Amino acid sequence: MAAIETVGLEREFKGGLKAVGGVDISIAPGEVYGFLGPNGAGKTTTVRMLVTLLRPTGGEARVAGHDVAREPDAVRRRIGVALQDAALDLLMTGRELMELQAKLHGFAPRDVRPRADALIDRVGLVEAQDRRVGTYSGGMRRRLDLAMALIHEPEVLFLDEPTTGLDPVSRRTLWEEVSRLKDEGTTVFLTTQYLEEADQLADRVGIINAGLLVAEGTPAELKAEVGIPHLEVTFADGSETGRAREVLTQFGELRPPQPGSDVSVGLASGATGVAPVVRALDEAGVIVGSLELVEPTLDDVFVEKTGRHLEGAGDDQDPDAAAGPEPA
Amino acid sequence: MTRIVLALAQRALRNALRRPQYLAPLIIFPSLFLAVNTGGLERTTELPGFPDVRGFLDFQLSAAITQSLLIGGVQAGIAQALEIEGGFFDRLATSPIPRTAIVFGRVLATVPLALFQVAAFLVIGLAFGAHIEGGWAGVALVLLIGSVAGAGFAAIGVALALRARNASLVQGIFPIAFVVLFLSSAFFPRDLLSAPASWIAAYNPLSYIAEGMRNPIIASISSEAVLEGLAAAAGLLGVMVGISIAALRGRLREA
Repeated sequence: MAAIETVGLEREFKGGLKAVGGVDISIAPGEVYGFLGPNGAGKTTTVRMLVTLLRPTGGEARVAGHDVAREPDAVRRRIGVALQDAALDLLMTGRELMELQAKLHGFAPRDVRPRADALIDRVGLVEAQDRRVGTYSGGMRRRLDLAMALIHEPEVLFLDEPTTGLDPVSRRTLWEEVSRLKDEGTTVFLTTQYLEEADQLADRVGIINAGLLVAEGTPAELKAEVGIPHLEVTFADGSETGRAREVLTQFGELRPPQPGSDVSVGLASGATGVAPVVRALDEAGVIVGSLELVEPTLDDVFVEKTGRHLEGAGDDQDPDAAAGPEPA
Repeated sequence: MTRIVLALAQRALRNALRRPQYLAPLIIFPSLFLAVNTGGLERTTELPGFPDVRGFLDFQLSAAITQSLLIGGVQAGIAQALEIEGGFFDRLATSPIPRTAIVFGRVLATVPLALFQVAAFLVIGLAFGAHIEGGWAGVALVLLIGSVAGAGFAAIGVALALRARNASLVQGIFPIAFVVLFLSSAFFPRDLLSAPASWIAAYNPLSYIAEGMRNPIIASISSEAVLEGLAAAAGLLGVMVGISIAALRGRLREA
């Protein structure tokens, strides 16, 4: 049984605006599914239908084995939800919010505090637990939001742009937590505008555009669909370009070089094909100035499928190349 | 259900107490109004047909209480709207709780606040020379009607918030609530109002709520006035909770 399954899922708003126009998704238990799309593509509407905040106007959706329209209570008992912009009560302390969430999920009074303690500890908010959430940094709020979504150990977790606006360290912390959840077998439905995030975390990615799912697959499959890796080569002596082109045609199809590069050649074998190229150029007496293997990215996929770059694509950065720690 | 409602009410009350900027108007504004009215209109008690009272302050106390409770209702609505704007409402709506608990919790939270508001105005009144003719039983009845009315006004605010989904818009009803209050017998005896104000006052539940709380303050307890006040408050509460729940369902359907 799929953890999330939609068949022809639709949502039409008053005035005839069809935000989601028939989406079919099937997500296996324990899978991390990245859901990408430009603003207004229908991502949030889809998520809101799956978490029972919005009734579908067409099609069907089942989450954790229950129909979102006919059995919303059963769905709510089995899902955890961390929506965009960390919907927290800024006047409450972290502990108060955790305990409230435990009560809302029907924990017995004696279990409320221990469960809150465990989650607060898990997301590293022990020191800040008695402070009002209004004093928390963005990263701390996101961690608290995630902890609240996990209070009842949900089968399916919905994370709606969980790292938007976070500094790289906080993003890395969230990523680690998502990886941990995956290891624990939780199904995660992750919407994000960071392609690198989807690339790193998602087992499969779905791209929605204008209310329709336009691509779906593993990140590697999707990248393979839009092209093969290519090698961008510059030479120490520009006059060697002609000879180099003759050598490189043995390895793949030549393509227009990127700015600053002398020759570009498609390399279907990817990184493993680089060494033979270097040896062949060396044997031909061509001195290589620089050499860069360029792999297709999810952004290439996104552009191919939607005709535009993802809004957050330019913001992608490696959290390992981190800035300083978040404010306490 | 009860545990959930209590948990949500506790949270709403705690948050209200953490927003002094919202609490202060509950006491300050009606107190100023009470002081101005009492200072300037004392001699109206000598008008033929005016109820037999020891002073205008005694008569005006229930108006100040009603006014304060109305402001409390607006504050409850603003808090509910802010919860929708901030997204916390969605968190509650995705929790496995009866959704009506969201309305009940918010409304219930206003009961202790209303008790505090009523008690505060009785103390202010007594401090400035008012008398409570109904004694401790009268105090209890004013507290009872006040708490039910406070919850009813809160339900109006919640219904508006669920429809408007916008705190500024809810705040915009404040002057309307005042107009409705002035078109009641809260500030002046119904018998001395001229038409059409007297007609409107006769059908305005605020008249009965204010009169129900006024009776134990200015005279020995009349079961008719008190029961009418209680019935008006309870009716308002019941109707407005019903409208709030309908608005909640509508909001969740259309969201």
